Amino acid sequence: MASTSAMFDNKLVKWVDERLPIFSTMQHAGMEYPTPRNLSYWWNFGSLAGFMLVVMIVTGIVLAMHYTPHADHAFASVERIMRDVNYGWLIRYIHMNGGSMFFIVVYIHMFRGLYYGSYKAPRELLWWLGLVILVLMMATAFMGYVLPWGQMSFWGATVITNLFSAVPFFGEHIVTWLWGGFSVDNPTLNRFFSLHYLLPFVIAAVVFLHIWALHTTKSNNPLGIDIKGPQDTIPFHPYYTVKDMYGVAVFLIFYALFVFFAPNMLGDPVNYVPANPLQTPPHIVPEWYFLPYYAILRAIPNKLLGVIAMFGSILIFFLTPWLDTSRVRSARYRPVYKWLFWVFVICCIALGWAGAKPPEGLALWVARIGTVYYFLHLIVLMPLVGWFERPLPVPKSIATPVLSAQPMEKA
Amino acid sequence: MADSANPAQAGGAHANPHGDGTNRRDFLFMLTGAAGAVGAASVAWPLIDSMNPAADVLALSSTEVNIAPVEVGQAITVVWRGKPVFVRRRTAEEIAAAEKVAVKDLPDPQPDSARVKKPEWLIVVGVCTHLGCVPLGQKLGDPRGDYGGWFCPCHGSHYDTSGRIRKGPAPANLEVPGYVFVTDTSVKIG
Ligand code: HEM
Ligand code: FES
Repeated sequence: MASTSAMFDNKLVKWVDERLPIFSTMQHAGMEYPTPRNLSYWWNFGSLAGFMLVVMIVTGIVLAMHYTPHADHAFASVERIMRDVNYGWLIRYIHMNGGSMFFIVVYIHMFRGLYYGSYKAPRELLWWLGLVILVLMMATAFMGYVLPWGQMSFWGATVITNLFSAVPFFGEHIVTWLWGGFSVDNPTLNRFFSLHYLLPFVIAAVVFLHIWALHTTKSNNPLGIDIKGPQDTIPFHPYYTVKDMYGVAVFLIFYALFVFFAPNMLGDPVNYVPANPLQTPPHIVPEWYFLPYYAILRAIPNKLLGVIAMFGSILIFFLTPWLDTSRVRSARYRPVYKWLFWVFVICCIALGWAGAKPPEGLALWVARIGTVYYFLHLIVLMPLVGWFERPLPVPKSIATPVLSAQPMEKA
Repeated sequence: MADSANPAQAGGAHANPHGDGTNRRDFLFMLTGAAGAVGAASVAWPLIDSMNPAADVLALSSTEVNIAPVEVGQAITVVWRGKPVFVRRRTAEEIAAAEKVAVKDLPDPQPDSARVKKPEWLIVVGVCTHLGCVPLGQKLGDPRGDYGGWFCPCHGSHYDTSGRIRKGPAPANLEVPGYVFVTDTSVKIG
C-alpha cells in the first residue's frame, strides 16, 4: 500500500493515502483499470446508468424538500412544485423523465449483456447484481409514481399491491400489511415515500458491488473473448473517461428533448386528475417501462398463474448463465443465436405494445403468443441452440484483429 | 478470536474432536446463535407489525347509513374503511334472476340467500376481487355487464344481481361486509 501511495507527489494526499488508501483505490479503479481496447458504444450504457442514478438522487432530494407525503396534500404539493417553486417545473420534469431515461439506459445495457454473453462465466455474480439493481429500480419507480397521488398513482398502486392477494392463504394479510389499512390510503403513501427515498441509496450500494465484481472479472468486449495480456487493454483514463463523457453529452441532448419539448409524452394525462378512491379510470396502464410485464400478467386468464408468470419473467434471468449452454460468448460468432436475439427483442417490444392496449382482440393474442415465445426463448431455445449451433471461429486475441485490422463483420 | 484468547482449550478442542471441549464449545456456539436469532426476531416483529393497520385506522371500521331515500331499482355508494360499499335496492326481477341461477354452475358457488339479509337489499363491497378496481353499474347509464349486476372495466369481470362473479378473470364474488339493520331504514356496516 505504501508503495502505491509513493506515486503521489502531494504531501497531504500521500499522508491520507498511507492511512486510508482512498486515493490509490480511486487511481486503480477509475484510471488504471485495464479495459479491453475494443469496446464499442454499447459499453457506454453502464456509465450512463450511473449518471442517471446521480441525477435521480440529486433532483429527488430537492423535490422532497417541497413535497408533502400526505393523501390530502400530496397532489397539491406537486402542483405547487410545478407552478410556484422556483424552477420546480424543471426539477420535477428532470426527475419524472429521468425515470424513463434510466430504464431506457438500463434496458439497453441489459440487451447488450444478452447479445455479447456478458452473463457467462466468470461474470455470473456481476449479472446477478445487475438484476438485483433492476428489481430495486422497479420498486423505486413504482413507489415514486404513487407519490403525486393522481388517479394513475392511486389505481396503479391498488392493482399492483393487489397482485399479492394471489398468494395462497396469506394473500389478504399481506395486502393489508402492505397498505397499513383496508385500502390504499394515507399510511400507504407515507411508507411508499419512506421507501422511495431509501431504495436509491440501496441501489447505490449494490452498484458499488456490481462495479467491484466488474473490476474483478474485468469487462467483457464485443468479441466475447478473454483478455490475454497487456496488449489487449488500455487504461480506463483517459480513453474511456473521455468516451463515457462524450456518451453523456450525446445522451443529454436526447434527455433534454423530452424535458424541454415533450415533458409529458411518456406519462399518462390521467395522472393529472387527483386520486379518487371511489372511481376507477376506464383504462389503467402502468408507465411504459412496465408494459411488457403487464402484458404477461394479463395474457394468462388465471390470477395466480398470471402473477407467477409476471414475476418469473424477470427472475428467470437469474438462470441465463446456465440456460445458455454455448461456450462462445459473443453473438457475433453465433450465427443462429444472433437472429434469435433479435426475435426476442421484437417479442419484448410486441409485449410492450400489447400491454398498453385493453386486453381484448388482437392485443390479447399478441400478449399470449408473446408470453409463450418469451419463455420459450429463455427456457428452451437458449439451451438447445447452444448445443446445436456451430459457432464461427473466434479471434485468438483482442489485439490480433484490432491491430491487423482484419475485415470484420459489424455486430 | 476465541481461539487466540484461550489457546490451550481451543487447540485441544480442535485436536481432539471427540473430547468434551468440542461438545461444550459447539453447544455454547449454537446456544449463542439461537439466542441471537430469537433476539433479532423479537426486535424485527414490532417493526413489521407497526406496518399493519394502526388503532385509529381500525377504529374507523364501522359506518352507519340511512337507506330511507333509496328507491326500488336505485343504488348508493357509501365509504367504509376507505373503500366503496354498494347498497342496491333490488327490483323483483333482479331478485328473481339472482335466486333462480343453478348455484353449482357458478365460478364461486353461493346461493343468493347466503348473500343478503333482506332480499330487497344487496350490500357488497364495491371492490373487484381480481385486482381491486371499482366495478361500474351504480349510476344510471353505467354498463352493468352481461348479468345485470356490475361490470369491471379494468380486465372485464361481469357480476350478477347478487354481486357474484359470472365471467372474467376475478376469482371470487364481491365480498359481503358484516352489517346489521339497526332500524328498517338504517344499516350499520362493519
Ligand atoms: C432510482 C432512482 C429513482 C427513480 C427511478 C425515481 C422515480 C420516480 C418517479 C417515476 C416519480 C414520479 C414522477 C411523477 O410522475 O411526478 C418520482 C417522484 C418523486 N421522487 Fe423519485 N425516483 C428516484 C429517486 C428518488 C430519490 C433519491 C428521491 C429523494 C431523495 C426521490 C424523491 C421523489 C419525490 C419527492 C417525488 C414526488 C414528486 C413528483 O411526483 O415529482 N426520488 N420518482
Ligand atoms: S380488477 Fe376488475 S377485472 Fe381486474
